[in-house]
Amino acid sequence: MNDLIKQHNLTEEEYQRIIKILGREPGIVELGIFSVMWSEHCSYKSSRVHLKKFPTTGPRVLQGPGENAGAIDIGDGLAAVFKMESHNHPSFIEPYQGAATGVGGILRDIFTMGARPVALLDSLRFGELSLPNNKHLVSGVVSGIAGYGNCMGIPTVGGEIYFDEIYNKNNLVNVFALGIVKKDRIFKGVATGVGNPVIYVGSKTGRDGIHGATMASDVFDDSSEAKRPTVQVGDPFTEKLLLEACLEVMNADLIVGIQDMGAAGLTSSSCEMAGRAGTGLDLHTDRVPTRETGMTPYEIMLSESQERMLIVTEKGKEAEVIGIFTKWDLDAVTIGEVTDTKRVRIFERGVLVADIPADALTDEAPLYNRPVAPPPYLEILRDIDVENIPVPSDLNKVLLTLLSSPSIASKEWVYSQYDHMVRTDTIVLPGSDAAVIRIKGTNKAIAMTTDCNSRYCFSDPFLGAAIAVAEAARNIVCGGGEPAAITDCLNFGNPEKPEIMWQFQEAVEGISAVCRKFNIPVISGNVSLYNETNDISIYPTPVIGMAGIIEDVSKRMTQYFKKEGDIIFLIGVNREELGMSEYLKEIHYKIRGVPPQLDLDLEKKVQDLCLLGIKEGIVKSAHDTSEGGLAVTLAECSLTAEGKNKGAEIELNDDIRADALLFGETQSRIIITVDKANAARIRNMASDMNVPMTLIGKVGGESLIVRHNSKELINIAVQEMSDAWRNAIPRQLGE
Amino acid sequence: MKFGIIVFPGSNCDHDCYHMVKHVLGKPASFIWHKEEDLSGLDVVLLPGGFSYGDYLRAGAIARFSPVMKSVGKFAEEGGLVLGICNGFQILLEAGLLPGTMLRNRSLKFICKDVHLRVDNINTPFTLDYFENQIIKMPIAHAEGNYYADEETLTKLQKNNQIVFRYSGTDGRITDDVNPNGAAGNIAGICNEQGNVLGMMPHPERCGEKILGGRDGYTIFESIVHYSEKILNKR
Repeated sequence: MNDLIKQHNLTEEEYQRIIKILGREPGIVELGIFSVMWSEHCSYKSSRVHLKKFPTTGPRVLQGPGENAGAIDIGDGLAAVFKMESHNHPSFIEPYQGAATGVGGILRDIFTMGARPVALLDSLRFGELSLPNNKHLVSGVVSGIAGYGNCMGIPTVGGEIYFDEIYNKNNLVNVFALGIVKKDRIFKGVATGVGNPVIYVGSKTGRDGIHGATMASDVFDDSSEAKRPTVQVGDPFTEKLLLEACLEVMNADLIVGIQDMGAAGLTSSSCEMAGRAGTGLDLHTDRVPTRETGMTPYEIMLSESQERMLIVTEKGKEAEVIGIFTKWDLDAVTIGEVTDTKRVRIFERGVLVADIPADALTDEAPLYNRPVAPPPYLEILRDIDVENIPVPSDLNKVLLTLLSSPSIASKEWVYSQYDHMVRTDTIVLPGSDAAVIRIKGTNKAIAMTTDCNSRYCFSDPFLGAAIAVAEAARNIVCGGGEPAAITDCLNFGNPEKPEIMWQFQEAVEGISAVCRKFNIPVISGNVSLYNETNDISIYPTPVIGMAGIIEDVSKRMTQYFKKEGDIIFLIGVNREELGMSEYLKEIHYKIRGVPPQLDLDLEKKVQDLCLLGIKEGIVKSAHDTSEGGLAVTLAECSLTAEGKNKGAEIELNDDIRADALLFGETQSRIIITVDKANAARIRNMASDMNVPMTLIGKVGGESLIVRHNSKELINIAVQEMSDAWRNAIPRQLGE
Repeated sequence: MKFGIIVFPGSNCDHDCYHMVKHVLGKPASFIWHKEEDLSGLDVVLLPGGFSYGDYLRAGAIARFSPVMKSVGKFAEEGGLVLGICNGFQILLEAGLLPGTMLRNRSLKFICKDVHLRVDNINTPFTLDYFENQIIKMPIAHAEGNYYADEETLTKLQKNNQIVFRYSGTDGRITDDVNPNGAAGNIAGICNEQGNVLGMMPHPERCGEKILGGRDGYTIFESIVHYSEKILNKR
């Protein structure tokens, strides 16, 4: 028996709790159900106490955390529904299917709410690209995302991808999806109305993905690849049919409640629907369409086969619902009904095989306030002697090295494999600070971004997470958007270690602090713990997905220099900050120091000026400085698509050492360009708003030239930068 | 004049085509479910892009058996205009309405990006508003766009002036380095001998509005309208 409990990843204490709840020993089906519902992945048992700290309300919020996805009011009677989710563990074991089903899962979360998904973004972390296994993982994950999203016809419009050896054995695949719905037509995952039928729709149930959620709630070791059978297999074509059929059923007013079967499959969808509604459910596993014969109730309840949904409709409307799914060649079978028992009861050929109080699985799941303690390495990590780091003599070479480091280099190799234009709404294509899609039938657009610098979080998780939110907002602003709300995907190591829980707690507080200051609510999210292999944990990686609203679609913005002679301004101030920078890592092989400071008042002012400049039609390009500092930011402004590269001449006069000036990652800075005729106007705006802003140069020429107190530090042909930047990733992949 | 947009279960550019015709071009459009057979009252049939049946086997291989395809064949035979875009082109090949077949891109990857095309035939109902050898910019988005036909077919296509679009440089040169997928002769689009059926891999419906970065695709839809008006005037 002890072995059985262990196999189910339950502690002795949790097992005793099950006995107390049931008043008896659990049967095998019940044990399976408890194990997945109480897994970290489904129950958030280690994280829930902290997640309560997030600000989750605001005038735009229509749905906060707790449903399949969050929703905000974007005006015109519409809502944007969005969420981000991780598929880290399966993507490491089987990169193509792991990533593909990650996309499938988040899309179901969106259309379960009644929204048609209109955009995807991916935040990816891999180990060093030079290692063969990482090449395999990168290629597999990217083609998995492409294979699913492209077939569904939902554009993958942006995201981020970083490479660091810390992710060698634990890559991260976080997928963000956003959908649009009429705001009075949002559907929820509730099983209400005693006697209402419960209909199973979509793919047949197979033996794939059993215990996927449990697998995702455990650390890895060298034998992790043997866990491949716990990874599900995706079928985007069926999901496309499911999407269209579900939206059709919703339009026909046939839905009481609807929930997708994601992690923990039929178990979690049924328990959560009953739990939310305060009702009970009777389900008959022998009625569930299966892919093979002889599946046990245990397997049926725990399968994570993809592309399935559970629908509660009104009694008497079953035939109409089933008719629509039949049109789309999908299975639809009534497998049970809503009861007033407040219990989830599972029958197999009339025999009761599980009988559990619904709230025992959700509300009464274990809740841990795990011990926290700062990690012992912090003091050493944060200590840095900058004086002993020499300023390289050839700064051109430094810039070219940084431009060709995979984390900074062009991601065209990735996004050209994604259909980023389908739906004909993508009006700022991948490669700029924020992706922008228009909303047809309105004058609006939505800007989206995902952000996190996990190296910052490693040194200071509070500050690193705060910077992730601030940078996300800055990116939205650089796209012309008003930051509206965030979703988050919190990727951490083993929560049973106090230093990991400390990182988690700090990160949550960092996110909360900036969200409160900027009035940006957290409307949905996901936690992925146990990202750890052989006792080595990933850097804390709290990824922020943010959406912003552009009221006038003509006021969207990109980062690229537009015209020779345009004046370049730097909004914000330069400081001497080198800690945890890409420059230190790539050039001096040092991962040391503290992240750049974040002055929230300054940050807000910088963003306000930039956004006003865009709204007034003065600003012609806007790009925030991040990894690689000012020099990389300027280079990126120069490098546009299709040989329209434009150089620039820059003069800086700060009293800062040259490498810190060029490559330091001081926050709250945006590079903008304006027409010469508008230079005075933007200056007046800056001084009226009391925002520091400096004229640093003008657009033009074939080279990027940067002078510091009249001394030339950088002088590189744009074409040379372009080659280094564009070809780095394909070259490293040997293509 | 009326456009019909065929909807296979996995079509995903159907709404984009509808938007293009109805809201940008301002002409009537309707969706035709692939299980329907009635195409009466239509002047133009569009086969949109997507993954008609998931395309796990070979793009378009199953779609050709959809009931509507018989009607599309008849419609084309009677001189109706048929435009297949991306997956629609693949389906036209599988259905035998156009010659040749599609292989996987030589990179073995899905490719989504803007490419340049040279318009090699402006004497079709779809291209009459372009000028001879005009260079246009249009996005591609496909994994199987590597057009293949045997030498005999290629010679015939050339001789009959059936090659309508080729991948080209901005200066009009047709070279391998501007061929995104390995297509024979840089072929991006071909028509049948009569010229009333056009298949093309690039997506004109994705570049019909300035906000999307260009209007080169609009010209195809505009040409169709002008052609149809001419026919009507003649009558």
